[in-house]
Amino acid sequence: MWLWGAMCADGQVPAGAFHGSTTVVRLAALTGASSLDGRLEELRGRTVLIATKDQLTAALALIELDGVARRIVLCPPDLAAAYFPGVIETAGADAWVRDDAVPEENGAGLGVEVKAQPALVATSVNRQRSHETEWILLTSGTTGAPKLVLHTLGTLTSVILYQQARRPAASNAPVWSTFYDIRRYGGLQIFLRAALRGGSLVLSDPKESITDFLARASAAGITHISGTPSHWRRALMSGATATIAPVYVRLSGEIADQAILDNLKLAYPNSGVAHAFASTEAGVAFEVGDGLAGFPATLVGAAGGAVDLKVADGTLHIRSGGNALRYLGEQFAPIRGADGFVDTGDRVDLREGRYHFMGRAGGVINVGGLKVHPEEVEAVINAIPWVRMSLVKARRNPITGAVVTAEVVLADETDVAGERPQGAELTREIIEACRRGLPAHKVPAMVRIVPSLEVSAAGKLVRPSA
Amino acid sequence: MSVRATIVSQFEVVAGEQQRRLAPLTDDLKLLQSGLDSLSFAIIVARLEDELGFDPFNAEEAVEFPVTFGDFVRLYENSAG
Repeated sequence: MWLWGAMCADGQVPAGAFHGSTTVVRLAALTGASSLDGRLEELRGRTVLIATKDQLTAALALIELDGVARRIVLCPPDLAAAYFPGVIETAGADAWVRDDAVPEENGAGLGVEVKAQPALVATSVNRQRSHETEWILLTSGTTGAPKLVLHTLGTLTSVILYQQARRPAASNAPVWSTFYDIRRYGGLQIFLRAALRGGSLVLSDPKESITDFLARASAAGITHISGTPSHWRRALMSGATATIAPVYVRLSGEIADQAILDNLKLAYPNSGVAHAFASTEAGVAFEVGDGLAGFPATLVGAAGGAVDLKVADGTLHIRSGGNALRYLGEQFAPIRGADGFVDTGDRVDLREGRYHFMGRAGGVINVGGLKVHPEEVEAVINAIPWVRMSLVKARRNPITGAVVTAEVVLADETDVAGERPQGAELTREIIEACRRGLPAHKVPAMVRIVPSLEVSAAGKLVRPSA
Repeated sequence: MSVRATIVSQFEVVAGEQQRRLAPLTDDLKLLQSGLDSLSFAIIVARLEDELGFDPFNAEEAVEFPVTFGDFVRLYENSAG
């Protein structure tokens, strides 16, 4: 299967439109127009980095390049310039698609550069499938450098197609929207749900207020909308939730607690409110629409569905056609275990017939849907000369699910005479050092100076299990 | 320091740290027009819990999300009750 082919099923041109914040593109126009500067054929058979700030530009490039490129590498909009060389090398990229907002230097060494734009330009296009395109998604690794995760259109759509085959198509095609960026797994699922049926999608824009975004979504007639619990809390805080009247409201990417589910049910009494679990490596696990936090224990071990779930060593494991195939790069262990299951690393606890999410094993912190590896933050703090060691942990938070906190042990004063700031300056300087070296969501919200940290017999920091 | 003064002070400190321009904190100011993002609010709520000793969002019943600065202050003042 390939994306454009699926969008034109039964010989129909796709009926939908993709809405950016400033441009609307009717998908049918892609039959005789392109966003790729008339150079689609130059990208055929290549490994193409898609690195644009603008989401609509990236969405159009995905539609145009699936089945044409050998591999597409989907760079998130905030991918730091320093990580480009590693991504290019690991993926074996030899071409890229960028827009004006992404510096030319980021693509150093790539043979072919195509400047893309969200507006289509009429040109003759040969929409022919020649490749089973590999889709590479980026996910954050412990060092801060992204890990490259290999999918295909088949793995990315396996659960969607399973569900679509079992639910009759609505007489009115859904109009999807998502607060997510489609370069991340949760957003990409929504992009694919919309695109596969040639449907419509309203894309968010980080420069736009939530009130304006919801007004634009409403004007486009959205029926289905998805976001993280943090996105939805922000929407509730905007006071503008009544701007839209969706039939389906979806949460994913973070733990959906009972409070946010209740709040959304109050805001949208006539809508189905569902929370889903998925990860870049494991794919989609389930969707629960009963209004309760957690998921029914009956889903674990159930046979006959598209996805097998099991709980082992306290974490949720997933086996399905939606699992990623592997990481690119020699140094990583296989994504799937010997029995074909992917360990999500998300800890679950069984209470009264339901599993509840308890946070991440290995201490990974989820701040508003963005992953933070404590080790990465600790490395920045530990680089300060007057710091001996640090422990970075999650703290539960009603706005973003969690925030990052740090406990810091100072070096002996004799070792760093004269250098070390005093009093409140200490914690301020630590936060400043993190701010210089890390994106905002990884900077500790609070820092506590402690006399010591517990170290295990094996010489490792004792990390909290939650 | 009163609950309101503590909240005002945290808004100002976090806005400074996050290099965001804070709008004048009047009661009818919409929170999302205050100049702060979700992460800023997350930090404010975490620090207020340390300073005031409670987190009104973590109540037994779902609380109505505050829309204006005045709503936000009242949520804390009522929990301090």
